[in-house]
Amino acid sequence: MDVLTLSRIQFGGTIAFHYLYPPLSIGLGVLLVIMEGLWLRTGLPIYHQLARFWTKVFALTFAIGVATGIVMEFEFGTNWAAYSRFVGDVFGSALAAEGIFAFFLESGFLALLLFGWDRVGRKLHFFATCMVCLGAHFSAVWIVVANSWMQTPAGYHIVGEGLHARAEITDFWALVFNPSMLERLSHTLCGAWQAGAFLAISVSAWYLLRQKHQAFAHATLRVALAVALVASFLQLATGHISAQGVGKNQPAKLAAFEGLYETVSNTPLVLIGWVDEKNETTHALMLPSGLSFLDHNDFHTPVTGLDQFKPEDRPPVTPCFIFFHGMVFAGMATILIALLGCFYWWRGTLDQTRWLLWVLVFSVLGPQIANQCGWFAAEVGRQPWLVYGLMRTPAGLSAVVQANVVLASLILFSFIYFLLFAVFIYLLNDKIQHGPHDEDLIPTGKLALPTPDRLTP
Amino acid sequence: MNVPHLDLNTIWFALVGVLFTGYAMLDGFDLGIGALHLFTKDDAERRVMLNAIGPVWDGNEVWLVTGGGALFAAFPNVYATVFSGFYLAFMLLLASLIFRAVAIEFRSKQPMYWWRQTWDISFAAGSVLSSLLIGVALGNLAWGIPIDERGEFAGSFLGLLKPYPLLIGITTVALFMMHGAIYGAMKTEGHLHHKLRRWAMNCIIAFVICAVTTTMATLLYVPHIAARVRENPWLFSIALANMLAIANIPREFHYRRDWLAFLSSCGAIITLMLLFGVNQFPNLVYSQPDPAHSLTIYNAASSQKTLGIMLIIAIIGIPIVLAYTVSIYWIFRGKVKMDRMSY
Ligand code: HDD
Ligand code: HEM
Ligand code: HEM
Repeated sequence: MDVLTLSRIQFGGTIAFHYLYPPLSIGLGVLLVIMEGLWLRTGLPIYHQLARFWTKVFALTFAIGVATGIVMEFEFGTNWAAYSRFVGDVFGSALAAEGIFAFFLESGFLALLLFGWDRVGRKLHFFATCMVCLGAHFSAVWIVVANSWMQTPAGYHIVGEGLHARAEITDFWALVFNPSMLERLSHTLCGAWQAGAFLAISVSAWYLLRQKHQAFAHATLRVALAVALVASFLQLATGHISAQGVGKNQPAKLAAFEGLYETVSNTPLVLIGWVDEKNETTHALMLPSGLSFLDHNDFHTPVTGLDQFKPEDRPPVTPCFIFFHGMVFAGMATILIALLGCFYWWRGTLDQTRWLLWVLVFSVLGPQIANQCGWFAAEVGRQPWLVYGLMRTPAGLSAVVQANVVLASLILFSFIYFLLFAVFIYLLNDKIQHGPHDEDLIPTGKLALPTPDRLTP
Repeated sequence: MNVPHLDLNTIWFALVGVLFTGYAMLDGFDLGIGALHLFTKDDAERRVMLNAIGPVWDGNEVWLVTGGGALFAAFPNVYATVFSGFYLAFMLLLASLIFRAVAIEFRSKQPMYWWRQTWDISFAAGSVLSSLLIGVALGNLAWGIPIDERGEFAGSFLGLLKPYPLLIGITTVALFMMHGAIYGAMKTEGHLHHKLRRWAMNCIIAFVICAVTTTMATLLYVPHIAARVRENPWLFSIALANMLAIANIPREFHYRRDWLAFLSSCGAIITLMLLFGVNQFPNLVYSQPDPAHSLTIYNAASSQKTLGIMLIIAIIGIPIVLAYTVSIYWIFRGKVKMDRMSY
């Protein structure tokens, strides 16, 4: 294989692996803030136990997120040197801002969150929890700013020519608030909240099935189901807005998402089907005029099809189509599951509805699949561009790096990441099987408080 | 040497230097603790050592991450040339940093002997290898690397393993071990404390031997640095400050002022980095054999506008970062106390 293919596999693989963890940290961060906040408000020890247990899970996901993130930080330079030269002026500042505003905040207060339980007062500990959560969100902000700039560049001009051409900032705020940034940020964050919430839901449902730690499971479900429901519906809305944005800024991508080869009025919406690339058609169950309506809020206006683009400017259609619809399916499923969960919870029969508990146990996969598919759709749909409309992907490669070297590092990382993943699953499972500790019901150190008379909500 | 005038490029040269110095000073002791980890066979002692760096190592590593980001933003050509040029070396560095990081998190999660031993080894190996590779990279930058007229690296991986950079690598390992042992002594009590003090003394000796060798090697074999020192005798004052800082460590130790010994060790690292920075300036990457292709703070930099914006970001960000970094160290001051949340 050539350097290009190998580097793409390596970049895609390492970032996909990294992206298993940050959404969990961001989502669990929100849950932790809510749980600890509830403890401060109500004084109920069960919430203290909740916060303690989920802090440990958080620490595990965080550690792997950090370890894999370092790779990403340097991979632009190692594998995409030409790209780094071209965009350093613009892209680098977002990455540096991420370090200063997000990672320092997050890792600094993480110390207090993890190790401060017995050392600091309740208010300060809660403050630390909030800061960690904020820091995690900031990381998402800056990295999505950087990535969105690659999708919809703005606030720059090109200086120099040929090999020496590069993008320079003209307007920092235009760069930050580039056309797709807000919608992609909100969509990504909702996905992260879902990821955290469904993990908590899944573990609690498992306890209920095994009839263990029931008070703990109920308290967790109360928080997590609420977050899941809100985030899932917001996800639909922000996804819709993202799709409209793609239609406006990257029409070739939207056409590839939908496998739309012809520009016709009353464009239908694909529900399920497959693409026949050879004959440039899509066989699918379609909703008449659906895409026109979703894209333009009007049943007639045609949506631009791939026929409007030269073959060399089209993204690979089949993967885009599959990833995009994979995300939408997984997304719809999470909405349905969140609704069912809340409904049975409200009726008070969730504990007895075993089939639903089983569904909840597996629901943790939904947001992960949607998140991965979503990113793959977004990134593959950006092809053949590395920076949309400015630099093609092969042009961004490092000039001096050889295929065998990339192959070596690819093998190295595959090995390490498989190992990490296995250990992560093993430890997570172990933590879940052991469950929350009873001594966590009693706060210690400066956090200690007079025992209240009720032990459960 | 041309007198530096304070333009944005120079400021960013200094700021990137500050970030990497911060990294060496802070994560340096984490890596040092890691390198010493296997010297004690006792599980309880190993846990104490881990928890001595427990609350802070992650934040310390962020100095590297931010340094990398700042380098990318301020001097993209350097970021691109160095990282693609040192490709394999950096991949190894990343792998060792990964192992170091996850080992801290994983190690104490299971009681089995083989489990703990495995992660202990990866913690130690990851720490030693990271220190070594960081040193080798610095050594290569000081020695100079081959750069072609496009500004791309024109050497090979094996070419990076010359004796001089390797020497710097070993010196770095010794330096970090010394730094880590002193930090460890400061954070522990009892038997382990005395062990760490003993190790610290041995590390000091090892480091001094390395440092003297390095200095001689530099003056003898790295002509462009020797020339610079000859033209600017005041450089000796930094070297002198460095030696005084190192010499002060055993003295403070003798009076049982571990904290001051640690500060001296920080001083040693700062002066070393300063020496390195001043020798490089205004080059970021010195090109050898053809110095005309060197990447300097001017030909490798981002636009003035970006440097200005980034300066604003830094001015807003750095005080906040320093404020809570200091508070965190303050909250976790004193000897390690183990509790339920400990590693
Ligand atoms: C739990 C996660 C999750 C779920 C349920 C959904 N998405 Fe999504 N989606 C993402 C997670 C995600 C993401 C990982 O956050 C992406 C990748 C890049 C980005 O900005 O967001 C994304 C990208 C993304 C894009 C491409 C943006 C671009 O290329 O710039 C579109 C058009 C949508 N989404 C639309 C939807 C729709 C219509 C959904 C219907 C339910 C949906 N998403 C559910
Ligand atoms: C916001 C952060 C991200 C940035 C800045 C970013 C940037 C990049 C860059 C520079 C490349 C290499 C050039 C290319 O092949 O197009 C790339 C490719 C890729 N990225 Fe992203 N990416 C980000 C997030 C993600 C995430 C979270 C995923 C997946 C979960 C992902 C999946 C991929 C894939 C699969 C490729 C290879 C695409 C292909 O070869 O067709 N990216 N991205
Ligand atoms: C190519 C793109 C990316 C780069 C260069 C990158 C870089 C990094 C680095 C260096 C770290 C470690 C920070 C530390 O030491 O504390 C990290 C962790 C993290 N990253 Fe990424 N990252 C990328 C993609 C993403 C994306 C797409 C998101 C989320 C939307 C994200 C969110 C986070 C979060 C929340 C953390 C903290 C650790 C954790 O929570 O797991 N990153 N990243």
